[in-house]
Amino acid sequence: QDNIAVKANAVCKLTYLQMLGYDISWAAFNIIEVMSASKFTFKRIGYLAASQCFHEGTDVIMLTTNQIRKDLSSPNQYDTGVALTGLSCFVTPDLARDLANDIMTLMSHTKPYIRKKAVLIMYKVFLKYPESLRPAFPRLKEKLEDPDPGVQSAAVNVICELARRNPKNYLSLAPLFFKLMTSSTNNWVLIKIIKLFGALTPLEPRLGKKLIEPLTNLIHRFLISLSSGMPNHSASIQLCVQKLRILIEDSDQNLKYLGLLAMSKILKTHPKSVQSHKDLILQCLDDKDESIRLRALDLLYGMVSKKNLMEIVKKLMIHVDKAEGTTYRDELLTKIIDICSQSNYQYITNFEWYISILVELTRLEGTRHGHLIAAQMLDVAIRVKAIRKFAVSQMAMLLDNAHLIASNTQRNGICEVLYAAAWICGEFSEHLEEANQTLEAMLRPKVTTLPGHIQAVYVQNMVKLYASILQQKEQSGEKEAAQEITQLMIERLPQFVQSADLEVQERASCILQLIKYIQKLQIKEVPVAEEVIALFAGELNPVAPKAQKKVPVPEGLDLDAWINEPPSDSESEDEKPKTIFHDEEQRHSRHRQPEIDEEELARRREARKQEQANNPFYIKSSPSPQKRYQDTPGVEHIPVVQIDLSVPLKVPGMPMSDQYVKLEEERRHKQKLEKDKKKKKQKKEKRGKHHRHNSLHTESEEDIAPAHHVDIITEEMPENALPSDEDDKDPNDPYKALDIDLDKPLADSEKLPVQRHRNVETLKSPDSEAPLVEKKSKKPKKKEKKHKEKERDKGKKKEKEKKVIEEEEEKKVILQDLHYKSSKHKKKKHKKEKEEKSKDKKKSKKKSHHSEEETTESVQNGTLDDEPLPPMSSYRLLAENPYVKMTYDIQGNLQNDSQVTVSVIFENKSTSFLKSMELNVLDSLNTKMLRPEGSSVHDGIPVPFQLPPGISNEAQFVFTLQSIVMAQKLKGTLSFIVKNDEGSTHEKLDFKLHFSCASYLITTPCYSDAFAKLLESGDLHMSSIKVDGISISFQHLLAKICFHHHFSVVERVDSCASMYSRSIQGHHVCLLVKKGENSVSIDGKCNDSTLLSNLLDEMKETLSKC
Amino acid sequence: MWFCTDLLSFGWLWGQSGAVLGSGFSCDGSIGKSLSRRIHFILLFSRQGKLRLQKWYTTLPDKEKKKIIREIVQIILSRNQKTSSFVDWKDLKLVYKRYASLYFCCAIEDQDNELLTLEVVHRYVELLDRYFGNVCELDIIFNFEKAYFILDEFIIGGEVQETSKRSAVKAIEDSDMLQETVEEYMNKPAF
Repeated sequence: QDNIAVKANAVCKLTYLQMLGYDISWAAFNIIEVMSASKFTFKRIGYLAASQCFHEGTDVIMLTTNQIRKDLSSPNQYDTGVALTGLSCFVTPDLARDLANDIMTLMSHTKPYIRKKAVLIMYKVFLKYPESLRPAFPRLKEKLEDPDPGVQSAAVNVICELARRNPKNYLSLAPLFFKLMTSSTNNWVLIKIIKLFGALTPLEPRLGKKLIEPLTNLIHRFLISLSSGMPNHSASIQLCVQKLRILIEDSDQNLKYLGLLAMSKILKTHPKSVQSHKDLILQCLDDKDESIRLRALDLLYGMVSKKNLMEIVKKLMIHVDKAEGTTYRDELLTKIIDICSQSNYQYITNFEWYISILVELTRLEGTRHGHLIAAQMLDVAIRVKAIRKFAVSQMAMLLDNAHLIASNTQRNGICEVLYAAAWICGEFSEHLEEANQTLEAMLRPKVTTLPGHIQAVYVQNMVKLYASILQQKEQSGEKEAAQEITQLMIERLPQFVQSADLEVQERASCILQLIKYIQKLQIKEVPVAEEVIALFAGELNPVAPKAQKKVPVPEGLDLDAWINEPPSDSESEDEKPKTIFHDEEQRHSRHRQPEIDEEELARRREARKQEQANNPFYIKSSPSPQKRYQDTPGVEHIPVVQIDLSVPLKVPGMPMSDQYVKLEEERRHKQKLEKDKKKKKQKKEKRGKHHRHNSLHTESEEDIAPAHHVDIITEEMPENALPSDEDDKDPNDPYKALDIDLDKPLADSEKLPVQRHRNVETLKSPDSEAPLVEKKSKKPKKKEKKHKEKERDKGKKKEKEKKVIEEEEEKKVILQDLHYKSSKHKKKKHKKEKEEKSKDKKKSKKKSHHSEEETTESVQNGTLDDEPLPPMSSYRLLAENPYVKMTYDIQGNLQNDSQVTVSVIFENKSTSFLKSMELNVLDSLNTKMLRPEGSSVHDGIPVPFQLPPGISNEAQFVFTLQSIVMAQKLKGTLSFIVKNDEGSTHEKLDFKLHFSCASYLITTPCYSDAFAKLLESGDLHMSSIKVDGISISFQHLLAKICFHHHFSVVERVDSCASMYSRSIQGHHVCLLVKKGENSVSIDGKCNDSTLLSNLLDEMKETLSKC
Repeated sequence: MWFCTDLLSFGWLWGQSGAVLGSGFSCDGSIGKSLSRRIHFILLFSRQGKLRLQKWYTTLPDKEKKKIIREIVQIILSRNQKTSSFVDWKDLKLVYKRYASLYFCCAIEDQDNELLTLEVVHRYVELLDRYFGNVCELDIIFNFEKAYFILDEFIIGGEVQETSKRSAVKAIEDSDMLQETVEEYMNKPAF
């Protein structure tokens, strides 16, 4: 259609269809047509359609860049507005990069309507294109003090959002916000600022103190929203909690919800004050609304103590039984486990109780969290030694009760528990009372219906059980019985051998053979039990999951050093990745169980024993689980005679855990009585002094002694392990990219790309850029001045100005440097320090410089810095594609005369995850890549890391060379897997690795007398070059040679300098560099003429670029 | 007719909570500067589960969007009138409110403030009301692009940009004027 009006109408209709769920991506091009309509009516519809259906994957989106730019600079504010609005919906990294500068210009538009939109959209741009944050930040800061309140609040909005992700970078803004907070009358802005301070206070404790006063004034107004940003102030907290209680008791569901939410926030910092409202929260658990129940559950987590744990869990168990939806029940289940296991089982005083709770939980139908329960069972059984006997008996019961297996196909979740049960029974089989029976239970045919991994554990643990039974029987001399059990195994095992699961099959057939062999021995009446049990000797200790990582490197052990001198060919050890060991600074203290001294323990144990003897409910260690049921009051009527093994037993009626609650109460009561008695005694003795002492004071936390001597074994860590908390950082955090230091001055490289456009208006460059441009233009002028030092009649003012500029430029150099080195974390700091030192030196030199007029300066190597150097990087581009960019640098190896190390920085430029990177090169006769032993010359070397989007990292590869006199080029390929939401694809990137002769040189300092001797010795070949058209200063020239060609300056007189370097194979290279009017001549001397001529050619190339 | 009921007069279910909160969040448009945290998406759907408006502030494939919409509509419609307005959904929180036959639903992040979001929803309804004058569901169906424009004027990229009712509506009306004058211009006979 020709008519744009018709088209717009159609697009409008399409938008509606899109909302109804139809795909309209085919019309993307038409939408763009409508977007570019000149009439606002149509443009508006076009942008609306675009914002609804465009996304990052839409390929036509790049066609819009110019259209959007045109609209942004339109004189009509609504055109601009609609473009900004649309952009906020479909901004892509490319669009963000191209348009960042235009949007930044709009941030100081005359109309607040546009300013506001531009400020808000900047946040989107930051997310997509983090590099824009630093240049744009000063302007954003300005907007905090914008005369228009709308713009101001938009700026507060954006900064709060940024600060929430990385608060520490925004600490410097605190005073400004403080001013805003105290002056603003706008409630909404205040809320935002308080939240921001909430994020800042943990970083700067002084801030908290300052905030108290204004906050208490505000407190009654923002009861709900401020709770997250609350500083420590107990009186206000108390007030707050009181008010919250009123909210929660309110009939309005929304208020109830919010009240609970706020409570949970306070709970984190002030658990004590919330705990008193336990009754209320338990009441909320009965609420009809699931959201409210979930919030209440969250609260419970923080409210448990040793005293009330059993009570709370009992309540929760009742809820579990009542709960209807599976999601809510699952939530309850995880909460129970969370509550009990929090801070290393801190609140559990009776582990028997806990195990029975876990066992009860297994009766839940259709839960998905079977593995959670299993993990808890394993954890407790392993770490609490005292409980093992009990745990084993319970687990044996579980194995016996085939109800878990009965219909496992539908609810595969809970049978995970059997995994734990089987393992515990096998591993701690010495505690098992009726091993025979358990073994039989495990050998039931029904077991074969379980998932493979559980069967595998079954099979493995059967043998453990078998071994212990065998030993038992042999010791008591019952050879018949021993042979019987062997026979049983041989009869039943074949069902596992036929399993479809490989693991089960393999284990079963292996064990079957073993047992057949044992049977043979048994027939010959050879005692075998000792040998069989030896198969499973040794105890397992719990090891912390991060233990391996934390083994410290012993002193004097350098993992990067070669153990043996590697053979010259490529079959040798791979390099260890360095990234494993972080620099750890902070220590976090592990939580330890309070230790109880032996005496106290003995006393308690005694008391307990006595109590148990008197307690009719207490079950004395019974010979079998079945018998236990009989003892339990109320369940006598359950038939316990096992008629047929394949018929599953009923689960005992009464939940075991209730008994424990009762028991525990009695125990505590008794303890208390004893204590009171003691106290009374004491009192009698000390009556004269303390007659006012109240004996009825309540039980405190510490008074409750754990029922068992529970030595909760802390997970093992290697000795002197280095604690670190860097482990938890998520490298995939999309906001990490915004963690940028905003206080650093802007570097030249950080300028936003300015797009030239016909419309001159858009070229209004932002302030932050202006000085940079100025600096640039001043630079050459300044240098001229430098050399014509007679122009000293310039005023002092000028000098000062110059100094300032120079300082700024120095910073720039540093930044540049850091920018390239940022991947090398360790080096960074060091480097910076060094730079700063040299800067200081520079300053001091500067001062004296103008007073002295002498021209000769002997500069020693490394310190040729009386003039700022332009930013330089030795990293050159290796290859690049839309996914990855590789830059590389080659360094000679001092220790080895035929090796160089190539450091490659991989930078992920895409939004996908890059993994399985492998680098391979085609070796030449002369140059070979060092590969790990055993791999062929065609194998690639895996890059020892993966790359999340936007991250760069460095890997090093070692190459060996025969001859170094010639430059080399090696072809290579990087292969990697790109993984994103759509799936993963395999990608390749070809590159050419260029080994220049300079890369074989190692910067070596040399003194002038040694240098002179070297030249006099006469066994050096000589060659020379001359390069014309050199405009840069001599200083820069030398710096360039030093940096790119690894030379050091020996001596410098006027515009003439001698330089020295050494190759990795020991060639001496001497240079004499002379600067003429417009040219530079270099004379070189070297042991090897080919090397020298190649080097000089390279130098010529470098210099001709200047 | 079910769709002709005035959204606002029906939907004001605040009751007591309105009284408590009113003190802190006075709804005077010119002063209140709402600052919500990031909103992930906004959905409007009817009691029958028909989608009336959708706005996404995070990019997702269409298939995913459809799945989410179906899921959320089902969750919210199954909830009792008397339950609270907040539902945990995956790692997000849904804040919804029913105005007459229309449900307004926002998805926000976990740390975000529910109450503010509720306020945002309400403010949007107020804006619609002011623009259409006693807004009802039919208005939103027939002038859905206007509803989008108003939303765009109010929220940009998941952040509230304009809290003043007056200026937001004015901006829309101004751009409508622009539209009308252009249309008038077009309709003029070109002698």
